[in-house]
Amino acid sequence: MTEATTDDVVMRAIGITKTYGATRALKGVDFSIRKGTVTVLFGENGAGKSTLMKILSGVETPTSGTLELDGEPLQLRNTVDAADRGIAIIHQELSLAPNLNVRDNIYMGRERARGGVLIDYSSENATTVRLMERLEERLDPKTLVGDLRLGQQQIVEIARALAGNARVLIMDEPTSALSGSEVEVLFKLIRELTAENVAIVYISHHLEEALEIADHAVVFRDGDLVAIGDRNEIDLGWVISNMVGRDVGDLSPDLLEEFGEPVLSLENVVIADPSNPARLAIDEVSLEVRAGEIVCLYGLMGAGRTELLEALAGRTSIQSGTVRLKGRKLSKESVAERIALGLALVPEDRQRDGLVQTMSVGENASLANLLAFVKGIVLNRRQERTSIDKAVKDVRVKTSGPTAAISSLSGGNQQKVVISKILMTEPDVILLDEPSRGIDVGAKAEIFGLMAREAKRGLGVLFATSEVGEALGVSNRVIVLSKGRIVGEFNPKHTDREGLMVASGESTEAAEPENGLGK
Amino acid sequence: MTATTTGARPSTNGRGPGDKGGTAKREIDYLGILLEGRAFIALIVLIIIFALLSDSFLTFNNLLTMTKHVAYNAILAIGMLFVILKGGIDLSVGSTVGLSGVIAGVLLQGWQIDAFGVVIYPPVWVVVLCSLAVGTLVGYVNGLLVTKFSVAPFIATLGMLYVARGAALLISNGSTYPRLGGDPELGNTGFGIIGGGRLFGIPTAIWIMVVFALVAAFVLKNTPFGRWVYSTGGNERAAELSGVPVRRVKLRVYMISGFCAATTGLIISSELTSAAPQLGESFELNAIAAVVIGGAALTGGRGNVRGVLIGAFVIGFLSDGLVIVGVSTFWQIAIKGAVIILAVMLDQAQQRIKRSKNAALAASSHSEPTTTPSTS
Repeated sequence: MTEATTDDVVMRAIGITKTYGATRALKGVDFSIRKGTVTVLFGENGAGKSTLMKILSGVETPTSGTLELDGEPLQLRNTVDAADRGIAIIHQELSLAPNLNVRDNIYMGRERARGGVLIDYSSENATTVRLMERLEERLDPKTLVGDLRLGQQQIVEIARALAGNARVLIMDEPTSALSGSEVEVLFKLIRELTAENVAIVYISHHLEEALEIADHAVVFRDGDLVAIGDRNEIDLGWVISNMVGRDVGDLSPDLLEEFGEPVLSLENVVIADPSNPARLAIDEVSLEVRAGEIVCLYGLMGAGRTELLEALAGRTSIQSGTVRLKGRKLSKESVAERIALGLALVPEDRQRDGLVQTMSVGENASLANLLAFVKGIVLNRRQERTSIDKAVKDVRVKTSGPTAAISSLSGGNQQKVVISKILMTEPDVILLDEPSRGIDVGAKAEIFGLMAREAKRGLGVLFATSEVGEALGVSNRVIVLSKGRIVGEFNPKHTDREGLMVASGESTEAAEPENGLGK
Repeated sequence: MTATTTGARPSTNGRGPGDKGGTAKREIDYLGILLEGRAFIALIVLIIIFALLSDSFLTFNNLLTMTKHVAYNAILAIGMLFVILKGGIDLSVGSTVGLSGVIAGVLLQGWQIDAFGVVIYPPVWVVVLCSLAVGTLVGYVNGLLVTKFSVAPFIATLGMLYVARGAALLISNGSTYPRLGGDPELGNTGFGIIGGGRLFGIPTAIWIMVVFALVAAFVLKNTPFGRWVYSTGGNERAAELSGVPVRRVKLRVYMISGFCAATTGLIISSELTSAAPQLGESFELNAIAAVVIGGAALTGGRGNVRGVLIGAFVIGFLSDGLVIVGVSTFWQIAIKGAVIILAVMLDQAQQRIKRSKNAALAASSHSEPTTTPSTS
């Protein structure tokens, strides 16, 4: 930026790129961190923020590009390396060991040992108590981390980063599980740290909140750093317009205007949180999807989207309420039975839930529909092959053939294989959970084009997303989910981004229609 | 990282319906051949070395005898393959071998029913069925423990290893059932044929192995069940979400393994015409070794019958060959272990190459516009 400020730069990233197999997560990013300030990173999912932070903290090594610390070139082999140089990170996913207590987690990997052998528990205890006091969360250092609620665990994670006396502190979504008062404490602490000349990098999906603490902001989009601004030059509108950037028109396929009968209807559906049965993941949700209609479930992380879709697919069960598929009430049908009835899910995590990595493209595509090719007890492999060829071609998978390894495809093509697997079962309703996760813009447009095409053929489509552009661009109706409840329903034609963000709790500032963000 | 096309693309578009498969397909087959070829090459090398060291090694009779020994392990290993493909392990097969032999022994010697004061001598086919049923039942219990009670396969089958062995010892009271040839007057002769008979000059054990191998290969390749085994082992969550009856698949693979173990038990007791409750101790380890040498992944989802057969031959010929050339038993054990480790190390290397190749392919397909492959 300006020369006047370069003196303050503690850490600098120059021309950083990072590729994961097929995906280019970062495309040559220049980024600097200045002491005593809070730099906030904005960007949609997959924009590259978290990847850059992992590189800065030694979790990942860049594919190309260099890091500098105090003007000296810096090579980080691992997080210990980074910690030694005073760089600490608070991870988006908690990286605590639930089987250890608070103190042992804080000192995990850098135990204080007398003579390098015996752990000095009393000194560790004392520091832990001091840290927890500073965070205004008076936990006994000997409490098992697994027994803490999520918000407290996040505080322990923060304490761990503080224990290293970091000069550069990276916080990746530190507040996602914190309550309002806990966030206040954290922000107070951040101010104390910056007063001590610590440089803070802060990432959050809660734009409002992040703007409150920001000294500078940078915006990422599709692996590029697209905008930089100081606090006094920016506002929410600036952030959102830079985050979204591209024309939504790219995504928008033609959609039907008139729909058929309701194919999927939910009435007062309640689902318990699988990880915490006392909490409800979905609380009294009622909605309807008609034949030919694309309904979007929009919401932030933890809104309950995945829990709802997995329960509908039959993987988990609902606690109460009714689900009807083409008028038929569903109760305890298994995943297989629901697929046979015409309801199938394209899961959020392709690698974990969507594909069998040890099998070929073709075997993955036909997996859900094998029984259709059975004569007697034997698979008719020729018929199977014909169907696979047709299905793979139908969704335009780019592959050298059905026998190719599934891992030889790019993310977008792998996703198309998952979709073709579901389409082969000839469903009446398809559920898609974050169908564009981890794939590039071109493939996204294709995936949504497919969704629209299938809707035109009469399918009911229910898809979940946390990206506003997708919610508005490719749906007939947007249902906003927040903390397990439906908090609003929108017609994308008469709604702008801010309207949705406000409803979802992402932004709490009243929307101003004339800031040039709406279409 | 420029968007120039790499080898894979032009070749797939090397069009013409007559051009079957294209280069990409040949590439994958080539890798597959290498993968299995490694164990096969090892087998050939073994045969050549032993043939050079001993005149009697490469005679027809010796080959037949060795192959018969291979068959015992191969039948177990085929059952084990199903379990390992699913991502599990079955440690109980050795004990099941012993138990099924004992069951056959009890029934052939006469099943005493005290309440009626009678002794029943069932015909041989009933004996065989009972024995197979007991073996399958052991597998069923393994399966139930794994699916319904979520016991880890290693622990469940380790427990059944002891339970089945204990049952065999209890039933037999620790002693061997001798002379299972049967009595013509009681109409239960013919048990000896299962393991001791010959068909076209070849021992029945070898025929049974061949039949089991063919059926297993067919089931794995040509039935939905086979595909389900692979997908459950490859990614259980994805399989489940695709509607694969994961629990049923798990139950079945353990039953298949138990059935195969019972078959081996019958063959060996038949050949010896006696059934010892100790029969089959540590057989499970040889079976696992055969599966692993044959290129199967213990994590599940990868492996095939051809590989398992080659693995069983490598282990069998190695043990018998070492005996023939007069290497001490202690060395035999150590050498066997080294071979297993070497096989898995090579397999890991091969998998690494394959993975990086696929990653490169994925990366090259990324920067290009998406198009359908223009076949036809």
